[in-house]
Amino acid sequence: MSVTTIPSPAPRKVNRIGLDAAAYRGSKTTLCAGCGHNAITERLIEAFYELGIEPYRVAKLSGIGCSSKTPAYFLGSASGFNAVHGRMPSIATGAVLANRTLITVGVSGDGDTASIGIGQFVHLMRRNLPVIYIIEDNGCYGLTKGQFSATADLGSKLKTGVINDLPPIDTCALAIELGATYVARSFSGDKKQLLPLIEGAVAHNGTAMLDVISPCVTFNDHDGSTKSYSYVKDHEAPLEDVSFVPFFEDITVDYEPGTAKEVALYDGSRLVLRKLPEGYDPTDKVQALRVLNEAQEKGEVVTGLLYANSQRPTFIDLLNLVDEPLCQLPESRVRPPRSVLDEVMEELR
Amino acid sequence: MGSASTVITEKESQPSRKRVVNDLSIQVATVNGSGSQSANLILLRAIFQMGIPVSGKNLFPSNIEGLPTWFTIRASRRGYIARCAQVDLLVAMNPETAAEDVRGLGPGAAVVYDQKLDLASLRKDLTFYPVPFDSIVAPICPDAKLRKRVRNMIYDGVVAWLLGIDLAELERAVRKQFKRKVKAADLNWKAVLAGYDYAQGNFEKTDPFHVERMNRTQGKILIDGNSAAALGCMFAGVTVVSWYPITPSSSLCESLIDYMKRYRIDRETGKATFGIVQAEDELAAIGMALGAGWGGARAMTSTSGPGLSLMAEFAGLGYYTEIPAVVFDIQRVGPSTGLPTRTAQGDILAAAFLSHGDTCHPLLFPASAEECYGMALEAFDLAEELQTPVFVMSDLDIGMNLWMADPFPYPEKPLERGKVLTAEDLNRLDSFGRYKDTDHDGIPYRTLPGTNHPSAGVVTRGSGHNEMAQYTERPEDYVRNMDRLIRKFETARSLVPRAVIEDEPEANFGIVACGSSHWAVMEARDQLREEYGLNASYCRVRAFPFDTGVRNFIQRCRRVYVVDQNRDGQLCSLLRLDAEPADTVKLRSVRHYKGLPIDARTLTNSIISLEAPA
Repeated sequence: MSVTTIPSPAPRKVNRIGLDAAAYRGSKTTLCAGCGHNAITERLIEAFYELGIEPYRVAKLSGIGCSSKTPAYFLGSASGFNAVHGRMPSIATGAVLANRTLITVGVSGDGDTASIGIGQFVHLMRRNLPVIYIIEDNGCYGLTKGQFSATADLGSKLKTGVINDLPPIDTCALAIELGATYVARSFSGDKKQLLPLIEGAVAHNGTAMLDVISPCVTFNDHDGSTKSYSYVKDHEAPLEDVSFVPFFEDITVDYEPGTAKEVALYDGSRLVLRKLPEGYDPTDKVQALRVLNEAQEKGEVVTGLLYANSQRPTFIDLLNLVDEPLCQLPESRVRPPRSVLDEVMEELR
Repeated sequence: MGSASTVITEKESQPSRKRVVNDLSIQVATVNGSGSQSANLILLRAIFQMGIPVSGKNLFPSNIEGLPTWFTIRASRRGYIARCAQVDLLVAMNPETAAEDVRGLGPGAAVVYDQKLDLASLRKDLTFYPVPFDSIVAPICPDAKLRKRVRNMIYDGVVAWLLGIDLAELERAVRKQFKRKVKAADLNWKAVLAGYDYAQGNFEKTDPFHVERMNRTQGKILIDGNSAAALGCMFAGVTVVSWYPITPSSSLCESLIDYMKRYRIDRETGKATFGIVQAEDELAAIGMALGAGWGGARAMTSTSGPGLSLMAEFAGLGYYTEIPAVVFDIQRVGPSTGLPTRTAQGDILAAAFLSHGDTCHPLLFPASAEECYGMALEAFDLAEELQTPVFVMSDLDIGMNLWMADPFPYPEKPLERGKVLTAEDLNRLDSFGRYKDTDHDGIPYRTLPGTNHPSAGVVTRGSGHNEMAQYTERPEDYVRNMDRLIRKFETARSLVPRAVIEDEPEANFGIVACGSSHWAVMEARDQLREEYGLNASYCRVRAFPFDTGVRNFIQRCRRVYVVDQNRDGQLCSLLRLDAEPADTVKLRSVRHYKGLPIDARTLTNSIISLEAPA
């Protein structure tokens, strides 16, 4: 006779606001097995869980493409908006103006951003609108079966043998140039780096632009592609080691003087950057652009936090918006009194 | 009843030297960039202040400086404020067009002109008043740079003497125009007086045109439709505005910016209760409005034809995602360089069905400044009630010209924010389906992002969704959603502003028109009755979908003339789609598409030619 002991359930693991990881999941992914985008989704789930942010406070926005399906796969109880191709930035702008208290995450792809959406992308960067903008960058159009996108590298080869003969648009360089205030490049396969970069983006106030190389296993993961897992693994050149220290954890990070830099973020959190190249200052725009250009020349994929600036006013600051969400202002604050109409009518007589 | 071959105009029937009082049309022909706008507005305002119904129309080129521009001022004791094709008094300031302008006049007209143009030899049947503008302006305005502008004020003085405009009213109008710029007002007033004195000292009045004080403008205001719409938006509580500059719509958002900066800054904090963004293009402009509408703000954009085309994709997404937004379309003529500064009603069909797939949008048609204001208020309520983009179809004529209007009433109705569920509402409900037709009116309930409730969050997406807002491509789900959307559009029929109908007891036929055509129709109905003995019932459509009154009107009429300011009879086409099949044959299209506002005489003649074909 055997005795079965029923194990007592393991204590449910919860975050600082008492929610378990399941609260941060969304519906099941419908992307290809092994798609880099799924790994990014996982990091987003982890980041919001770790930060202890209530999902309802988040708005998830996207355009069109494989990448743009992903908002359905994380934070299932948050509101989302799957917009039209290349136009997520304008939806984001409207949504943030309507409700400045939302934490807005826009997920886009390289076609959605760098081709059809380049106009809206650059203007979002200029405005420094407080949003997290993630490009899931695989250098091709997955959903229409693998055509090149505008981030495909010169000389990269399609499965069909077609060689890309146009230079890529470097979305990070553009973002830095135009005024985004938190710019990073990462790799979907680099968990350790991507998670703190996303956490840092959430803690930042202003446009946080993350270009995440995310291989398309179906159409762009072969020899000759510069956006394949093996190519990116071989050519990734991390600028630094990144770790994130949230505002709610009282941690002092020990490091040898001169071996690390701290980037203070809006909500009191910090990014600690170790093993930076000597003299690298992430607030130096010119230097950041030079590093990107040099990496491009060498055929390297430079990753990590490239640029951060906490000084530039956000679009919300520039518009001098009231603190409360505009969408919640009562009638008494948005409809001027009768005396105002009388005054205007009198002037028109 | 008269026949087409005996058409005579009202003016031609009068003996040419009989006094014509408070019934004239002045045209000022200038070069744009010469600063004539102030002089023209002052003239218009002075006549208005004398109690005479007046309207002004600026016919201008797409240019900043150097091309011909015309401003017409019509004074009408009967209250006609449509454009009048006939010009009674021409002020010819533009050497380029002067000869052609003079040749185009009807017999008996008067011409005030720059003496050096030597126009008097061109016609024997006109009255000419040559004015040496340069020698009059030089001593008044020593600053040569200012002279180009100030010399225009001289014709105000000349015209005032010729017509008998009250000098006190003219001075009041000058002072109003220059507001606190006292020195500028003084200088310009001096020029007006110099013109007046010159005319008094040198001319003998031989034309028949006069203005005399009456009391038909008391209490009224003068405003352009775009400013009126902007006021409506402010009092509608708009909070997010996105726009891209385009003539003739820019002045709507520019006026709005001025008003909001004055009246919508929080007293205590000094902060704005609104966000206005000049977008990178119209695709972004409507995207921002929809993003904000989705977020729960009262949001709008304003554009004109080319911009409307760019908004097409998002308009469809707005329709299917069911997001409120207000889009002002200040209509103009054609794409690209296609007469961008000329008026038309060219976007009616494009707006009604804007986008791809099956879409239909509510349209509102303001006919006046009052309605630009009132319909702006209504549009925001409708957009939120119906959860859909609503288009306000103004045009260049209403939007950019100055109109007499009754002072606008303060909105009595509280804001109608539509079916929005809060977290507390959700707690009381068993379930929430974003696209469920709970009330059987086709209008579902929505939640706003940021609502603290586990079932509040939905992913908003295109047409492929079920009642729970989940992605689906199932045929049943798709059809159910499509059919509900049509139910919603039927609901809209009863919510939109009703047509204004004036039935004539012994009507020969009916007229249907919308928007700025209204003023020509009013006048044409009088012409038809007085000159031809024809009674026309009138239905002024104020919205699409048409309310049932429109259908009934067509049913009652023997024939219906549908007035359009476009080539293709777009309003007529929409009515054909909506009318009972047996009634569609009654509809006769009357079209005006010259880039100029429609005038009554053209309309009357068109109807007569169709009534009694030669």
